[in-house]
Amino acid sequence: MYNFNFEPVLAGFNQLLLGAWLTIQLSVGAMLIGLVVSIFCAWGKTSGPTPLRLVIDAYIEIIRNTPFLVQIFFIFFGLPSLGLRLSPNSAALFALVVNFGAYGTEIIRAGIESVQKGQVEAGTALGLSKVQIFRYIIMKPALRTVYPALTSQFIYLMLNTSVVSVISADDLAAAGNDLQSATFASFEVYITVTLIYLVMSIGFSALFSAIEKRAFKYPLSR
Amino acid sequence: MLIRAFGWPEFWIIVYAARWTIALSAIAFIGGGIGGLVIALARVSDLKYPRLIATGFIRIFQGTPLLMQLFLVFFGMNIFGFAINPWIAATIALTLHASAFLGEIWRGCIEAIPPGQKEAATALGLRYFNRMRYVILPQASRIAVAPTVGFLVQLIKGTSLAAIIGFTELTRQGQIINNATFSPFLVFGTVAAVYFILCWPLSVLARRMEVKFSRATTR
Repeated sequence: MYNFNFEPVLAGFNQLLLGAWLTIQLSVGAMLIGLVVSIFCAWGKTSGPTPLRLVIDAYIEIIRNTPFLVQIFFIFFGLPSLGLRLSPNSAALFALVVNFGAYGTEIIRAGIESVQKGQVEAGTALGLSKVQIFRYIIMKPALRTVYPALTSQFIYLMLNTSVVSVISADDLAAAGNDLQSATFASFEVYITVTLIYLVMSIGFSALFSAIEKRAFKYPLSR
Repeated sequence: MLIRAFGWPEFWIIVYAARWTIALSAIAFIGGGIGGLVIALARVSDLKYPRLIATGFIRIFQGTPLLMQLFLVFFGMNIFGFAINPWIAATIALTLHASAFLGEIWRGCIEAIPPGQKEAATALGLRYFNRMRYVILPQASRIAVAPTVGFLVQLIKGTSLAAIIGFTELTRQGQIINNATFSPFLVFGTVAAVYFILCWPLSVLARRMEVKFSRATTR
């Protein structure tokens, strides 16, 4: 019979929490920068010039049809040979942004396309500038429409950050790896790490639905 | 010979390693299909406990990283007295993972069937098995095809994580070759290209079916 030994896990629990904090920072950072990338690409895809549109299409298809692990290897091992040396944490953030950008673009684009043409025409008729129309008439309702999809993409992103531990970034999974190799209590360490991920994903889901109730409460006329 | 050049032999070693990726994906997809059906049926069941267990199973697998699921099965095998074997660990973990995701996808498809169908089938005297077999599932499976193919793409990409527990499939083979050749762009470019060739046609197919289906069901 196997004797479970959680003592080393408890002793190293602070280490794990520190890792969890970096996981949250990486996820939130990648989400915010990735959203800027997504909005730009969604704009380029819906109303940019044709060459730009093709480049964005290629970017989205390549990222969505290859594993994140391969993308991170490509970036982490590839960039130094171009003379660009990134620390594991920055390489991880960069890879996460590139990855999230592709998924985010498709989500935002779907939102933009859900805004009816008459709305934009009404905006033009009211004399709003192009930027104002994009910001108030297209982006705001579009974001509300895609909010649920974006939040589940965020959870997916957060779980995906565990993969950056392979290039020894300092995230939760990597903290788990360190603790595991120091204590050899593999199963105990990883079950604890897994539970922390579970708590984080449940916590963020709850947070997002609370935000949704507050931020998008204004009535829809239908 | 410390560093060898990346040439055709290395290229073909990587391409051939794709067979393990395909095998692992296929096994996990079939196993996950069977498990997913059980989970989906339990999730929509009238009985309380199967429903609770299925919900918990889905929550846990969708709320934790696939990498941790792989680690837990990999190290957990040791606890239950089995020898650690990356092949078996990867197969079990990916099958469980696929069961949870397919279960959740198929639950949605089953619930999309109007309740009148179930009531009508019951009124005709069909019991649970025949009702599911002849009335609900055939209709639900039509909706399910597109998202299921979409998930298959996710599963193929997910098999890359088996590399981390030491299973030599496409990604791990790339890592090994990269350690010998130090040409990361060529090596991981090739690896990425092989994944792309496997996944992209499926993605396009899923998208087409989705469009076709939504056109068929609107009015």
